[in-house]
Amino acid sequence: MIDLARYALDAAARRPGVTYADVRLEESRSRSLGTKTGQLAGASSTESRGIGIRVLAGGAWRFAATDDLSRGGLDAAAALAAGIAAASATTSKRAVHLAPEPPARVVWVSECRIDPFAMPVERQVAHLLAADAEMRKEAGVTMTETSLVFDRTRQIFLSTEGSEIDQTRTVTGAGMAAHSFRENEIQKRSYPKSFGGQYQLRGWELVEELDLLRHAPRVASQCVALHAADQCPETTANLMLDSSQLALQIHESIGHPMEIDRVMGSEANYAGMSFLTLDKLNTLQYGSEIVNAVCDATVAHGPGLGTFIYDDEGVAAQCVDIIRNGVFRGYMSSRESAGAIGQTRSNGTMRAVGWNRLPLIRMTNVSHEPGPHSLDEVFAEDGIYMETNRSWSIDDKRFNFQFGCEIGWESRTASACVC
Amino acid sequence: MSAAWRELFGAAEREARSLGVRDLEVQFGENREALTRFANNAIHQNVAETMTMISVRPHEDQRTARAETNRLNADSVRRCVPEAVALMRAQEPDDRLLPLCEPSAIAPVAGRWAEQTAECSPADRAAQVAEAIAVAESEGQTPAGIYSTASAREAVFNTRGVTAVHDQTLAVFSITVMEETSSGWAKASAVDRAALSPAALARRASEKAKRSRNPRELVPGHYTMILEPAAVLDLVGQMFGDFGSTAIEDQRSFLTGRVGEKLFGGNITITDDCRHLLQAGAPFDGEGMARRALTLVERGVVKELAHSRGAAQRAGVEPTGHGLALPNEVGEFPVNIVLAGGGISREEMIRSTGRGILVTRLWYIREVDPFERMMTGMTRDGTFLIERGEVAGGVRNFRFNQGLIVMLNRVESLVPAVRATGERHSTWWRRP
Repeated sequence: MIDLARYALDAAARRPGVTYADVRLEESRSRSLGTKTGQLAGASSTESRGIGIRVLAGGAWRFAATDDLSRGGLDAAAALAAGIAAASATTSKRAVHLAPEPPARVVWVSECRIDPFAMPVERQVAHLLAADAEMRKEAGVTMTETSLVFDRTRQIFLSTEGSEIDQTRTVTGAGMAAHSFRENEIQKRSYPKSFGGQYQLRGWELVEELDLLRHAPRVASQCVALHAADQCPETTANLMLDSSQLALQIHESIGHPMEIDRVMGSEANYAGMSFLTLDKLNTLQYGSEIVNAVCDATVAHGPGLGTFIYDDEGVAAQCVDIIRNGVFRGYMSSRESAGAIGQTRSNGTMRAVGWNRLPLIRMTNVSHEPGPHSLDEVFAEDGIYMETNRSWSIDDKRFNFQFGCEIGWESRTASACVC
Repeated sequence: MSAAWRELFGAAEREARSLGVRDLEVQFGENREALTRFANNAIHQNVAETMTMISVRPHEDQRTARAETNRLNADSVRRCVPEAVALMRAQEPDDRLLPLCEPSAIAPVAGRWAEQTAECSPADRAAQVAEAIAVAESEGQTPAGIYSTASAREAVFNTRGVTAVHDQTLAVFSITVMEETSSGWAKASAVDRAALSPAALARRASEKAKRSRNPRELVPGHYTMILEPAAVLDLVGQMFGDFGSTAIEDQRSFLTGRVGEKLFGGNITITDDCRHLLQAGAPFDGEGMARRALTLVERGVVKELAHSRGAAQRAGVEPTGHGLALPNEVGEFPVNIVLAGGGISREEMIRSTGRGILVTRLWYIREVDPFERMMTGMTRDGTFLIERGEVAGGVRNFRFNQGLIVMLNRVESLVPAVRATGERHSTWWRRP
C-alpha cells in the first residue's frame, strides 16, 4: 500500500504551483449483523479501498479522491486535484498558511483483544438472536432489534513534509432495543444507548462486556412498563442524567460549538455556525466551577471513537483543555486555522469520514472530567433522573437545544414516568 | 449494462456456482461527484471523487446475505462472493424470505441525464460561484454555500434475468447570505445545471437577509405559518418512512390501525411517482423490480402503502416496487413524494394573512412523539413576521413543536407544486 501512496504523493507534488500535498490511502473492511423480532434482518460485509489527494496551490485547497489505484488512476486524480487549482484561486481572498508540525514516521495499531473478524459468524449471530429472544419473552413487546457492527480501517498518510503515518483502527459496536405499541402510543427502550448502541475502539471484548443477554429482560420490561407510567411533571427541579444522555449533550453543546471552522463561517451554509465567537475565549463562564472538559484524542484517554495517534493531516493526538473551572478555554483547530486564534500549533482535530472526503475540524473525544461528588451525593436531593436519549434537536448556532429521553424516574419515589 | 459490468456479473455467477449457489443478485454503482464550497466570499474547497461499487447477494434455501466492495475486478469478485456465501450459510432459514426477483418490464425514465452536468468543470462551477459571491458582496454581505455536480449509474442484475439500469445527473446550488443580525438562504437542484441560476438564488438569499435585519423576538404561542417549499419538504418528508407495509406490520408506524382513515385535511393529496417530471431517481427498487405510482393520501384519506415483494406476500397484495436492497430490517418506503399543489401564489398567501410567520428553512427536525408524529426543530435563515398582508420584517429564529397530523388537518391553501430542494425532497402552503 505504501508504494501506491508514495506514487500518488509524487504525482501530486510535481504538479506546477503545488506548495504542499498530502495523501490518505485507506483500506477498510466491515461486517454488520442485525436481528428484528427473532429473525436475522441484516448480514452484510463491505470492503473499501481508495485514496484522497489534498494539495495546496495558489494559496487554496483542492482535493480529489479515487478508488482507481492503478498508476493511471492515481495520475488522473493528482491531475484533477491540481487542475482545479485555477478554479479555486479565482475567488481566493487570502492565502492558506499552515502552522508548523514536525514530520512523523510511525506505525500504530489500536488495541483489539478479541478480533471480531476472526470469530465464527455463527457465534455472533447466535449472540444477537439470544438477546432478541430474551426481550420477546416480555408480554407486550411488539418489536425487537439487535445489532453488531465491526470495522477495521488501515490508513496511510504521507505528506510532502516527510510524514509517513500508518494507523490501523478497529471499531466495534453493539446494541439492542425493545418497542411496544399499545393503543395510541409507541414506547421504546434501548441498551446500552439508543440509535445503534455503543461503539468503541475495541474488539469483541466490548460485546462481552456489554452483555446484551443480561440486560435484555430489564430493557423489555421497562419498555412495556412505560405505557402505564405517569407523565413527567412539568416542574423546575434537579435533573440527573445518565452517562449516555450527558455524553450526547456534551457532544452537541460543548463539542460542536468549539469547532473553529464553524466559528469562522466555513460551515455556515449547512452545519451552521457557533455562538462561541472569538471574544468569548477565556472570558465566557460556560458552566459552574465544577465543570471541566477536555478534547482528548490520546490513547491514554481511552478507546473512544475519537482516539488516534495522528489526525488526518498528520498532527499528533493531544489533550486540550476546553473548559476549566467553568470558563471556556479553547477551540479545536487545524493547521490552517490555528494561526487565526493565536495558536502556534494545531491541536490535532482534523478528521475525515473516509478516503473520499476532505478532512475538516471534528471533535475528538470530548469528555467532562469527573467531579468531587459521589453518586449517592448526586441523588441525595429530590429531582428527576433521565436515561437514554430518544430525541434531540439543536439550532444552527448551538444556542438552543431540546432533548428527550426514553425513560425517567422521580428520584424521591423511584417510580417511572414518561419523559 | 457496460461490457465491464457484464463481465464482472459473469465472474460473480461463476464463483457462486463453484460454491454450489445458483441464485445470485449483483448490484453495481458508479458515482462521479464534484463539489465547490465557498465561504467568507471565497472558494475554500474544491473536491472531486470517483466511486464504484459491486455488491453481491447469494440466495440459497431461504437464506441470504450481502457482501460489497469498491474494487471492480475479478479478484475482488472472487473474494466477495465467498464472503457473502459464508455469511448466508451462518444463518438458519427464514421461511418468509422469497426467491430472487423475476424480471419485469421497466421502461427507462426520460429526462434524468444532462451531459453538461456530467461534464461540468471546476472552472464552470467557479465562474457561477463568483457571480453569486459578487451579488452578496455588492450588498456588503457575506455568502457561504456549495455548488455540486454529479453523475451516477446504478444497476441490479440477477441470475433470474433481472437487468435494471439507471443513469442520472444532478446539479445542486445552495447559498446562505449573512449580515450582522440576519441571514437568508436559497437552494435549488436540477438534472441540467443550465436550469440553475446561482446568481438569481444569491439575489433571493441576499434579499431575505436584508429584509430580516434586526429581527424582533416573538412570544411563544400559536401562529399562522406560511412554509416555503424547502420547509414543507423537510418537515412533511419526515413521515413517509411510515408509509411502508413492513412498518405497519412492525407496529412502529403512526399509520398502525389508521390506513383507510381520513387522517388529514380534505385538501391533502400525496402520491409517490418516480416518473413525475419534478422527480429524480431510478424506476426500480433494491431488488430490481419496477416501481409503480402510489396514491398515498387522497383528499386526506390514507389509501396506499409501499410494499416490497416480501411484505406484499405477507399482506396478500401485489408488490409496488419500493423494496430496499435485501437483507434489511426496514422493508420499504415511498421515495418520490409529490404533494399535490393548489392554485394560489406565494404573494396571494401573504396578502391574505392578517398576522403570521413566513418560514424559509427549517433545521434539525426530530421526532418527539412517533404516534402523533410530533416533531421539533428550529427556523433558520429567513424568518419573517407578516402583518396585515405584508412582510413586516424579520423575527428571531425559534423552536417549534408541531404534530404533523394536526398540521395537515389545518392547511388553508397551497401553491402549485414545484421541485423543492431542502435538506431532504413540492409546494407552498399555509396553515393556522
